[in-house]
Amino acid sequence: MTGERKISLRVNGRQHELEVEPRLSLADALRNELGYTGTHLGCEHGMCGACTVWLDGKSVRSCLMLAALADGAEVTTIEGLAPDGDSQHPLQAAFSKHHALQCGFCTPGMIMAAADLLQQNPHPSEEEVVDWMGGNICRCTGYRAIVRAVMDVAESGAAPPASDPEPEPSSVG
Amino acid sequence: MKPAQFALDTPQSASEALALLSDHGDSAKVIAGGQSLVPMLNFRLVTPERLIDINGLEDLAYIRENDGVLAIGAMTRQQEIEASPVIAAAAPLLAEATREIAHPSIRNRGTVGGSLLHNDPSAEYPVTLLCLGAEVEVASVRGNRTIPVSDLILPWFSTTLEPDELLLEIRVPVAGESTSQAFEELARRKGDFALAAVAVALTFGASGAIEKAAIAGTAGRCAQRLTEAERALTGEVPTDSVVGAVAAAAETEIQPVGDIHADEDYRRHLVALMTRRALAKAIGDRAGSKED
Repeated sequence: MTGERKISLRVNGRQHELEVEPRLSLADALRNELGYTGTHLGCEHGMCGACTVWLDGKSVRSCLMLAALADGAEVTTIEGLAPDGDSQHPLQAAFSKHHALQCGFCTPGMIMAAADLLQQNPHPSEEEVVDWMGGNICRCTGYRAIVRAVMDVAESGAAPPASDPEPEPSSVG
Repeated sequence: MKPAQFALDTPQSASEALALLSDHGDSAKVIAGGQSLVPMLNFRLVTPERLIDINGLEDLAYIRENDGVLAIGAMTRQQEIEASPVIAAAAPLLAEATREIAHPSIRNRGTVGGSLLHNDPSAEYPVTLLCLGAEVEVASVRGNRTIPVSDLILPWFSTTLEPDELLLEIRVPVAGESTSQAFEELARRKGDFALAAVAVALTFGASGAIEKAAIAGTAGRCAQRLTEAERALTGEVPTDSVVGAVAAAAETEIQPVGDIHADEDYRRHLVALMTRRALAKAIGDRAGSKED
């Protein structure tokens, strides 16, 4: 039906029930229906990577995912990456330390993508980081600092290995 | 919300999906990974009345090898193909080409069947599956049929799949001991649409000559077998001059389409260059494996 359908999403450990039109993207559902505005929408056709979130523990473009197709899924957004609401994930701290952002618009997608790389491959080479981060576009041309930030975490081994599949409910949203 | 309105069906079995396609095939689109379809919906390049979501058909996601045939379920994610040891051994060309598809987060969702049937001229699966002599099994309420990939793909994003048919499986002959496969494409930016791509699968004889050569290329129109290039290589020891003749044949017979990104002459040049690079890789891999 073109009408609304009920779906459930578990976002950053917190359960949400909502009614969505079939054409609503997961990105719009997260931002506009549930208030997870840390997920940014750039191109809305899969080219820029700003809207990267995790779906059942793997990075995806939330602009290319219909919310209805995510029914029952576990979603992790930038708000849920740090172990608790007030702390920073090591990648967030490294981006800050290395000035790996200027306007910051692409940063949530950059960090969600980089965190997926590090959970699969905790010690990537610089070449692997560059290759992987090629899926995320920064218009401020800050790539050198972004690669430095990801390499800093990779070399220090600070990133938590795999994401906790059942994190504690956060206060966000 | 960017797409126009559509109805959504979420069948949980192939038979349910086929019934829906039988009733609505002309006005519906099947959605698998959605990594090409959703952008087209967002741009309203397509405005189907109905989407049939086949993500519930989990039994269509598998990779199996049996009696010399590699069988891949249509819903297998590209990331699973990239990571599969079965694929790496049975069809290394597919594993290599998959790493060139867009970006990791796209490959986590994108499926092998969806990419093949979308049949973008720059896509990796049509050209590699054509090179490997693959076939597909499709189903409808009228019954099943098998289509060689060479009869499936048509120019301009088209296929010979009927509107009520669903792709079930892709079957690829398993690579033999004396074969060597390689893929080369050129895109201006990492993960972007390729301007040209070439896939090669070579079978070497005991003398070092090439007994069988399969070469496929694409340059903006549609994946095609490069039969003149294959002929120039078959029965030959691949010396530099033979490889040069093969690349020249590929450059002549490719049917390129020029656009703002690259004109026809440049795409022809790239097909010749990708042919040379793919052959060098396949021949080099063969030489390396003989030394082991």
